[in-house]
Order: sequence, then C-alpha cells, then structure tokens
Amino acid sequence: MAEPVLALEGVSRHFGGLMAVNNVSLAAREGSITALIGPNGAGKTTLFALISGFLRPNSGTIRYRGADVTSEPPHRMARRGITRTFQIAQPFAGLTVRENILVGAHLRHPARRAAIAVAEQIGHELGLGASLDRPANTLTVAGRKRLELAKALATQPNLLLLDEVLAGLNPSEIRDIVPVIRALCQRGITIVMIEHVMQAVMRLAEHVFVLAEGRIIAEGSPSQVVANPGVVEAYLGRGAAAKLGVTHAN
Amino acid sequence: MRGLAPVFAVVVVMAVVPLVGVSNVTLNFLVIALITALAGQGWNVLGGYGGQYSFGHAAFFGTGAYVTAVLQVRYGVNAWIAFGLGIGGGALVGAIVGGLTFRSGLRGSYFALVTLAFAEVLRIAASVAPITGAGVGTLVKLDLRPVALQFQSRAVFYWMILALVAVALIVTRLIERSRFGVWLIAVRENEDAARALGVNTTAVKLAAMVISGAITAAAGCFYVQYFLFIDSGLAYGTWISIEALLTPIIGGVGTVFGPLLGALVVRGLGEGAQIVTGGEAPGLDLVVYGCVLVLIIWFAPRGLIGAFAQLRNRVMRPARLVETGHG
Repeated sequence: MAEPVLALEGVSRHFGGLMAVNNVSLAAREGSITALIGPNGAGKTTLFALISGFLRPNSGTIRYRGADVTSEPPHRMARRGITRTFQIAQPFAGLTVRENILVGAHLRHPARRAAIAVAEQIGHELGLGASLDRPANTLTVAGRKRLELAKALATQPNLLLLDEVLAGLNPSEIRDIVPVIRALCQRGITIVMIEHVMQAVMRLAEHVFVLAEGRIIAEGSPSQVVANPGVVEAYLGRGAAAKLGVTHAN
Repeated sequence: MRGLAPVFAVVVVMAVVPLVGVSNVTLNFLVIALITALAGQGWNVLGGYGGQYSFGHAAFFGTGAYVTAVLQVRYGVNAWIAFGLGIGGGALVGAIVGGLTFRSGLRGSYFALVTLAFAEVLRIAASVAPITGAGVGTLVKLDLRPVALQFQSRAVFYWMILALVAVALIVTRLIERSRFGVWLIAVRENEDAARALGVNTTAVKLAAMVISGAITAAAGCFYVQYFLFIDSGLAYGTWISIEALLTPIIGGVGTVFGPLLGALVVRGLGEGAQIVTGGEAPGLDLVVYGCVLVLIIWFAPRGLIGAFAQLRNRVMRPARLVETGHG
C-alpha cells in the first residue's frame, strides 16, 4: 500500500494540566475522505491546529508525504499543500468575495491577472459567481461556508482540512454542498474533515477516526464506527450502548 | 498603467500651483502640509493597509532628520547622499522595531504602545547624546546651492516635496495592486485566516514597516533641508507621531490619497484657527485636530475619501481593490 499523505504518530498537546490531544496516531490515504468525529471538547479542532501548524505539539511527529513537518508554521504548511478551513468561518470581512478568494489564489499565482482569473473560476465552481462583488460580511451562513471552502481551494491544496463546513447549514444546504466536497476528492485532493453531521459523514467518508477526551477511541468504516459501543458511550454516556441495544457486533 | 492616472493628474495639478503666482506664505503652508502628508503616507502603508496602528512614527521621521543633519554637519557628507542615507536609516529602524515587535507577536494596542516607547527612547537619547547636539540641537549650515540640496526659491522646495509625495503615491498604488498588497490587506482583515492561506504574516508586516519607515523618514530628511534645524523634540516628539496617523485617518485610511487629503484639510483647519484667533491662542490647532478627529470617527469612520465614496455609491459602484470585470 502506498504511503499515506498524512501520518500522525503519537501526537500530544496539553494546555497546562489539560491533555487536549493525547498520543494520537492516524493516517489519511491519498485521494480519500477521512472523517474525524467525536463529542464536543474532544480535541478535534486542536488536532487540526496541530496538523496545520497553528499549534506546536508537545510530542509526536506529523509527516506529510513522507517529510517530517512537525511544528512548521502555517504558511509553510500551506505552501506544501496543506490548507485548513475554520470552524467559525473567517472571511476577510471588509473585502469582497472575489478579493477574499484572491488572497488564497496569490499563493501559487504571483501575477495579479492570473490570480484574479483563478479566484473567479473557483468562485464560479463553488456557486459564488453571482456574489463575487459582494462584501464577504453580507453573505449568509451557507455563503460563508462556501467562501471558506473557496479560499482554501484557491491555494490549490493537496490536503484539505475541513473543520465543520456543514455545521449551521440546513438539510437542503447540506444536500447542495455534499456533492461539492465529493467533487474535490475526485479531483485528487485528500480531505480530512471534522464533522458532526453524521448523515454526511456516512455518505462521504471512507474512513472514520473517533476522538474522545483527546484520544482516538475507535476507527474504521463509517458503519463499523457507529456500531461501536465505545463510540456510543463517548457521545451518550456510560451504559448508553447497552440501553440502546448496541452490541459488539463486529 | 491606468491605475496610476489619478496619481499623475493630482500631481500635475499641484505642480502648477507655484506658477500661478501664489504668495510665499501660501507656498510655505503647502510645503508643511506636504511634509505632514509624506509622514502620513508612510504611516498609511503600515497602518492603513496592514492594520498595524503605530503611535511612534516619530522614530522614523526623527531618524531621517538626524541622519541627514548629522552626516552633513559632523562628517561633511554631501546633502543628497545624506538624504538617501536618512531614508535608509528610517528603513533600518523599521526593520529593527518591526523585527522585535512582530516576532514577539505584538498586536493592536500593545504594538501601538511599544512603537510609542521606541520613539520616546530615541527622543530622550537624542536629547542627551553629544552626536545629535543634545539639548541644543543641530543646525545645518546655510548653503543655498542645489548641490547642498538647498534652494533660493520656495517653489523648488515645494516641487521637491511634491516629487517625494508623488513617489510615495506611486509606491502606495503599486503596493495596492500587487500580491504583497493583497497579503498586507489580508493581514489587516484577519491575520489567522491569512496565515491559513499561506501568508507569512510576520514577513509581510515587517516589509510594510520597512517601507513605512523609509517613507516617513523621507519627510524628516526633507524637514531638515527646509528648516535647517533639528532638535530632539522636533525630530522624535509625539507631534509628528500624531500628525502621521491623524492625516490618513481623517483623509481615508488605507486609500492612496487619504494622507494627502487629510494633511491639506488638517493643516488648513489648523491655519484657519490661527488666523481666526489672530495667533493669540497657541495650541488651538491641536484643539481643532481633536475636534475634527472626533467628528470624522463619528460620522465618517473611513475618512473623507470613504465618505465621498459612500456618496458616490448611490450613483455608481465603488472603486474597489479589484475592479469589477477583468482587472
């Protein structure tokens, strides 16, 4: 089997006495969609911050395409092809949608004309074509999520870290955006996504890691993971699995 | 180069002013306004586009002034060369202050306070160090020859400062339309988002500070050649730090023409206050600045240019960082 695009080995990070991420190892296969799920406060976003260079791990190594990238700053990660989105969309509020995407496009295209062309093309692809001239802060929640994706995509990443791009969307908006994410994967972009919307995880993810209290407590295909009593208990509390009749089927 | 057309138009109009027979008093007023504009243009690169509000641009102004004066007076360096080195000195101070503050991650009011502290430290050092003439200051010898960068005619001085302002306008416009400018604005709008998109925010801010320092230092260099005297209060005093940030904020922060417009308005109002009171209320110009600043922040937070744009918006679309259609 080919070497994974992303491989974490024993990555830990604590804040004072709180072990936010505890000895986490995981891998993402090239061209796949990997989901990271877990209850609130499990350390998912911290883990993303570690992978994207916003935080440094206290121990462990992060490898990207075989190279050790542990503790590299975010801009260098982005240059390597790792781009993250934020759970709470972070638009450049005072700028238009086109200008927002342009910031990302400039990473690979120093010339203004080329960068604007790329930004507009990505804007159209993600259904923002009609709002390219609108200030980013006038977009709806769904629009902001799309913009968050467009900005990241403009950097032409190989590995995209999506932090809850579906959160806050209504079911029809989720239905609209799921194919967009699948299309990205078909273009060869490896995706790791944090997601609470299980319906989407089931439809999109090839492999799922479950994080609870900073540790990976389960992994496998989506259907394996939801049937895992340990996972059910992590979400609903001890004993919940027995009450719901989830057994060690696997 | 169509983006530079407005710059050329404004500069050409301003260049003919001395030819229409204005008085020396008016010309003197314009020269001082343009010195303020140039200092403000430097501030605008870092503060207006990069969102890093410095309260200590006197550090650059004063360094430019002292380097120009001291090199001529104590080391006999040619005035033109001293002028160039003065600009370089401002850039160097920018690199040092920026390196120290941005590397340690200072933002917002912490950054503002540290820049203020740097300027104050330099002011105190200049007021005691023998090389700057300490408390007495440094007097540049009168030598009205172009080779000494001094001119008989006020008009020539006016054209010189106008040329410096024009260069700064062009630099600002080019930054605005470059990748560096887009990244700088991204840092202003949302630093974390910029980092996620591959922007080395520390390097971008540092570069902006170096450019900013060089432009504001040029104002200091010119100040010395025009007045032929500098002391620690003039060079590193808070007056210039305040004017450097006041003019872009009033004119239009993060716009090419903001500092120039702001300087003309602020200086004009200050002058007007002096005339109205017959010069019997020294310091009244500062009161006027304060009132104007309050009014601007209250009614036009994007400055006069922002207010104009808003008015024009009702008729047509605003000119933005990226023109609509294909830029």
